[in-house]
Amino acid sequence: MANKHIDEATGTETVGHEWDGIEELNTPLPRWWLLTFIACVIWALVYVVLYPAVPMPGGATQGTMGWTSRGQLAAETKAAEADRKVVVDQLNATAIENLPANPDLMKKAIAGGKAAFRVHCAACHGAGAAGSVGYPNLNDDDWLWGGDLKTLETTITHGIRYPGDAQTRQSLMPSFGRDGILKADQVADVAAYVRSLSKLEGPSAATGRGQALFAANCVACHGADGKGNRTLGAPNLTDAIWLYGSSSEQVQGSITVAHAGVMPAWGGKLDGATIKMLTAYVHSLGGGEASPAAAPAAAPAKP
Amino acid sequence: MPGTELKAPPRPSLYAKRKAVYPRQIDGRFRRFKWLIMALTLGVYYLTPWLRWNRGPYAPNQAVLIDLAHRRFYMFAIEIWPQEFYFVAGLLIMAGIGLFLITSAVGRAWCGYACPQTVWTDLYQHVDRFIDGDRNAQMKLAAAPWGPAKIARRAAKWTIYLVIAFWTGGAWIMYFADAPTLTWDFWHGQAAPIAYATVAVLTGTTFWLGGFMREQVCIYMCPWPRIQSAMLDEKSLIVTYKDWRGEPRGSAKAAAAKPGTIGDCVDCGLCTAVCPTGIDIREGSQIGCITCALCIDACDRVMGQLGRPRGLIDYATLEDSERERAGAAPRSHLQLIWHPRTLIYFGIWSAVGLGLLFLLGTRQHLALNVSKDRNPPYMLLSDGSVRNAYAVRLRNMEGRPRRFEVSLQGMPGAVMWSDDSDRKAATTTLTRTVAPDQTDSLRVYVAAPPHSQPHKLSLTLRALDAEGGTISYATRFDAP
Repeated sequence: MANKHIDEATGTETVGHEWDGIEELNTPLPRWWLLTFIACVIWALVYVVLYPAVPMPGGATQGTMGWTSRGQLAAETKAAEADRKVVVDQLNATAIENLPANPDLMKKAIAGGKAAFRVHCAACHGAGAAGSVGYPNLNDDDWLWGGDLKTLETTITHGIRYPGDAQTRQSLMPSFGRDGILKADQVADVAAYVRSLSKLEGPSAATGRGQALFAANCVACHGADGKGNRTLGAPNLTDAIWLYGSSSEQVQGSITVAHAGVMPAWGGKLDGATIKMLTAYVHSLGGGEASPAAAPAAAPAKP
Repeated sequence: MPGTELKAPPRPSLYAKRKAVYPRQIDGRFRRFKWLIMALTLGVYYLTPWLRWNRGPYAPNQAVLIDLAHRRFYMFAIEIWPQEFYFVAGLLIMAGIGLFLITSAVGRAWCGYACPQTVWTDLYQHVDRFIDGDRNAQMKLAAAPWGPAKIARRAAKWTIYLVIAFWTGGAWIMYFADAPTLTWDFWHGQAAPIAYATVAVLTGTTFWLGGFMREQVCIYMCPWPRIQSAMLDEKSLIVTYKDWRGEPRGSAKAAAAKPGTIGDCVDCGLCTAVCPTGIDIREGSQIGCITCALCIDACDRVMGQLGRPRGLIDYATLEDSERERAGAAPRSHLQLIWHPRTLIYFGIWSAVGLGLLFLLGTRQHLALNVSKDRNPPYMLLSDGSVRNAYAVRLRNMEGRPRRFEVSLQGMPGAVMWSDDSDRKAATTTLTRTVAPDQTDSLRVYVAAPPHSQPHKLSLTLRALDAEGGTISYATRFDAP
């Protein structure tokens, strides 16, 4: 303490060290700086009392405000639910076929359906609803059971061949080959005829034989012209879309051992509003069909 | 020596109390200039949000408005959308370079005249004078013990501080919403919580920084003086005490007694008394000097009373000081301002400004954005044709509804329709009316005949009105 150095130029005390002639001034901090520091300390102490802060065995201190991040999440979720309730209530009060008359609600339903689709439907139908072999593409204009809003809602609610739902979509194509209804060469003939319906094959002796077999075995469901029957979920065989593949082998396979895809009945799993949202979303993907009769021209087509 | 152990001298305090500054009132040319700048800056700050500007029925009529809720920035005839934020960035760059330019041309003029900290400190110091009287009265009151009179004066002064601070915070929020509506909402408890929080924070900071921190903000907190000390050179205007003329100091009486031996400075101390940062300019240029030039006013007055030429303390450059010390005549300040560094800064500053003006004059008031669906990239339709989907956004930046035509180009045989029309009505054009100052999104489907190959295509937006205007967006068509 005895050797106090005073810097000549400024009259300030130095810290007493010297490096190659350079000395450090012991300039006092301005007092507001100290006050700011004290204010921060007080802030911290108040914070520690109000909020969870000190880690203790068995969990941190709770804080007198009772704040938790989980609680905040719950509150925010609740607020979001309350916001959403307006739309949900509106949807519950609107029959699905009347939805297009309310474009604003339709828009909201589509947005909600998009999110719900990613959660519940994307596992089979894909995130872009493009499906894959055995899982229908929902973007296109080909529907097994129908593509208007009411039909889509029914399909989603009750599912397809879903055990446990009495009103589920039900139909069963016989396994013509496996069950011995048709012999292998007959199956090949029918397949050739079916492929010729959509111009995948030209007319031949096989298609001729197949036509007769088709008329005897298939027209009950697929129709005389092969255009299918939506009430039975029998696919249109004349178009370019093949759920189980269009090659000769694939078609023969489908005739030999029939496919019977299953979709869950979502009615027991999701609430009505969510199903309406999903319906609106699937309908909006580009293949949605107008509701028959009831709807007074959904949207005026613009030139 | 037992029993007579030397006591260590008391340690100096680690924390230094602020040296209170009680600047004295002074009048003069620079003081009058400061009044003018204060009136201008405060006037602009407080009154701008109340200016009206007619933009028609679809946009707010506040001349300057930062509409965060609707993502719009209005400034008189200019309306800026979020994607045009580079205009604001450009203005900030201009403000930054402008500070360099000002510093290069006239030294720390920003600090001395226009900085909000300076303006509000100045305002608060006038409040001090209004309530407590001038420098001497203020010092006397500060030294006086607390009593009813002192409490009353302090209460009055701090109340006025608080009112000014509140008004400052209150004016700030007016830039972010319709001012009359917000004022009504504010006083009826219906404004947004953020409005009250902003006013509270700005009231607090103004009260604290303007009322109590004052010059300490410039000396300890603000980075700008530090940057400026790196920018000042021998060509920068600084407030200079002309020691070659003033020293040695002595009274007028002494000067009369022994002419030629005493300088012009009579050591009256007025230059230190008027200084709002409490420094003595006669010690030379220093960080505490914000070049407000009030000491020049003070010294000029004293020199005038003594019948000596003004400018013992004056704006001068270091280079000038050397010339004058050597006996040369003072140069005009205008000569000093235009040195190369100033010209370069001015060049950059004007280039940015002209660039912004050019962009502003040539910007399109419509926009088209096309985002192709990637999942799925393409679709087969039941008739075998290939379909792609696109999310299309049309932007109408005019304050009136506009009719647009979107047309498909570059892919023969392809047709398109949108989510509100039907494939049966597919052609190569669509028309849409977009609401004023809005963006419209639509889903566009493009279908090409069976076996189409991947192809390039573009969508073109054309305004179907007298003003016209087209814009194209290139995208592609995917196929198996």
